[in-house]
Amino acid sequence: MQKQIEGSRAVAESVALCRPEVICAYPISPQTHIVEGLGELVKSGELKPCEFINVESEFAAMSVAIGASAAGARSYTATASQGLLFMAEAIYNASGLGLPIVMTVANRAIGAPINIWNDHSDSMSQRDCGWIQLFAESNQEALDLHIQAFKLGEELSMPVMVCMDGFILTHAYERVDMPAQAEVDAFLPTYEPRQVLDPADPVSIGAMVGPEAFMEVRYLAHAKQTMALERIPQIAAEFAQRFGRNSGGLVRDYRCEDAETIVIALGSVIGTLKDTVDELRNDGVKIGVLGIHSFRPFPLAAVRAVLQGAKRVVVLEKSFSVGLGGVVSTDVRLALSGLQLNGYTVIAGLGGRAITKASLARTLRDAIADKLQPLAFMDLDWGIVNRQLAREAATRRSGPIAENLLRDIGTVASKVH
Amino acid sequence: MTAPIKFYQTGTFTVGNRLLSPEQRSVQSSLERSNSLNSGHRACQGCGEALGARYAVDAAMRATQGQLIAANATGCLEVFSTPYPETSWQLPWIHSLFGNAAAVGTGIAAAMKVKGRNNVRVIAQGGDGGTTDIGFGCLSGMFERNDDVLYICYDNEAYMNTGVQRSSATPAGARTATTMAVGAEPGAQFGQGKNVPLIAMAHEIPYVATATVADLHDLETKVEHAMSIRGARYLHILVPCPLGWGAASQDTIKLARLARETGLFPVFEAEGGEVTAVTKIRRRVPVEEYLRPQKRFAHLFGAKGQQQMLAGIQARADRNIKRFGLLDVETAE
Repeated sequence: MQKQIEGSRAVAESVALCRPEVICAYPISPQTHIVEGLGELVKSGELKPCEFINVESEFAAMSVAIGASAAGARSYTATASQGLLFMAEAIYNASGLGLPIVMTVANRAIGAPINIWNDHSDSMSQRDCGWIQLFAESNQEALDLHIQAFKLGEELSMPVMVCMDGFILTHAYERVDMPAQAEVDAFLPTYEPRQVLDPADPVSIGAMVGPEAFMEVRYLAHAKQTMALERIPQIAAEFAQRFGRNSGGLVRDYRCEDAETIVIALGSVIGTLKDTVDELRNDGVKIGVLGIHSFRPFPLAAVRAVLQGAKRVVVLEKSFSVGLGGVVSTDVRLALSGLQLNGYTVIAGLGGRAITKASLARTLRDAIADKLQPLAFMDLDWGIVNRQLAREAATRRSGPIAENLLRDIGTVASKVH
Repeated sequence: MTAPIKFYQTGTFTVGNRLLSPEQRSVQSSLERSNSLNSGHRACQGCGEALGARYAVDAAMRATQGQLIAANATGCLEVFSTPYPETSWQLPWIHSLFGNAAAVGTGIAAAMKVKGRNNVRVIAQGGDGGTTDIGFGCLSGMFERNDDVLYICYDNEAYMNTGVQRSSATPAGARTATTMAVGAEPGAQFGQGKNVPLIAMAHEIPYVATATVADLHDLETKVEHAMSIRGARYLHILVPCPLGWGAASQDTIKLARLARETGLFPVFEAEGGEVTAVTKIRRRVPVEEYLRPQKRFAHLFGAKGQQQMLAGIQARADRNIKRFGLLDVETAE
């Protein structure tokens, strides 16, 4: 059914269609509308049987989900940013225990300075935690990925994060096609746990494992992610067959066939990139976009296959490994081992800095002319950066950094170029 | 049986099962006990926590006809019971993290509720570190939501698993690895720490109780009563640690009894935030009698002793006695 609704509402309704049995809710922007929607669906009786638990922290949210999942209940929660970091210990625990919890991450920057707007720093900080990480390009895809996520996670007994851009997607009202309950029921089987806490068959879960088997346990987590590399495209194909649209999968390329330059990105910015690429194509530039929809497991072979014929690759990143550069770029580089390609990392959109078509076109034209720095920062205000560096060089006690910058630019709103 | 039962005929305050009718005997005296924490685990000799856990979980198992799931915090109890492939647990048991046992318990209880398995009950358990410090947020959340979980804290008054460091349950004056017996004020500071049973009561949850491993019948009765109630329940058990306390392993039960008989560890029950019962002190003893056998308090005695600190500890015991009415009027000073 076609609906014109907020992204968060779409996700809430989609999660409800998956018949979760335990939902843990803790508010954090920009995720909050999702659990609000689910809370309403549970309280009104539309979603039942389901326990909706208002917990006291994100750490508790994940911990309650761990208990519920280990006791055989389909479990869901949602978070973002600081919340994701606050639950980090439990995130590793959930994957280590092999519990197929599904969690929406409404991607948001991490402080300090505190910032509620979108980038990918939060989920990418947890890239090694053993969770599958799927990235949505649109609200429709976010909705669809949740249905796929429960299926994937429960098959493999691994937890899945569905990442969607905070505000840009979560708060955008768009038309989405909401599946019917019967369709989802036919696609998603009931949860049959691999291990379950049950007095009828007592097991101990979560024992200490020493050097004799720890590496093997970790390898098995990797083996499951490798299996996910196979299952993700299969599940996306099954989904397409049943629901009539392409959502998910490992990667999706756009106008890459004869492209000399390929831009790699994740999430909603892919849409803006496609428009930019169309305009550049009109000018005769051979350029395409490769959207990565599964960040973990990282589809090395699929990325390599698309990039094989290209001359250069630009990785557009909404995340930043301070002291190194790109997070995704590092993975892409691994995919390109042995290939001779000019590679560029463009850090863009941190903390909600708008990524405009104009800036993208300018940056990509620089890349095509091979004039771009290997590590570029799109729309970075070098003026205030250099003035702050000068202040710090001149005065030891030069004051708090973020506050100095805000004073310098004379505004408290996020700056849009 | 019409004659009143005299429990303490031996003069050692031992509760004799033989004096009771079979149905009144302790769970531990029964061959039918579940042995939930089975033998062969790696707890130290004289471990109060192993004893407390065995009593408490077996009692909970009997009360629920074996329909019980346990969530365990990281700590001694977790480490000594599950050096896989060995496990001592003969009930469904999960260890997740140090600070989340109460929340994991909430999740299990929610799963049982949503699946309509209301006969399956949940306990969450941890040491004092996992309860009064790192797990406190999750514990308070579980209380506040009144989730159907019995949380059991095995309090041995420090982080024993990591090598005896101070927790918020470490008593004033006690030497630990992070409150050394050096300087002008040796040992743990006065005026710090928190009383989690009282904090639990402030949540007005259905049931809060304290107990020690010295009173088996009392402990089992409290567990049984707790399992007859729905909602959040809290049981705080004092479990002496021979290693951490610097005490002889055969003195575990004696020290637990002395903690109660000095007034330092008040044994009581509360429902809905109100104290409903206290275990009276039978033979009041000065705190010195409890402190002397423990090396963690050795610096309080001798030539360089700490008279002021001893007086402070005694004052705390006196305050407990007054506050909880631990002495009968005729025996009170």
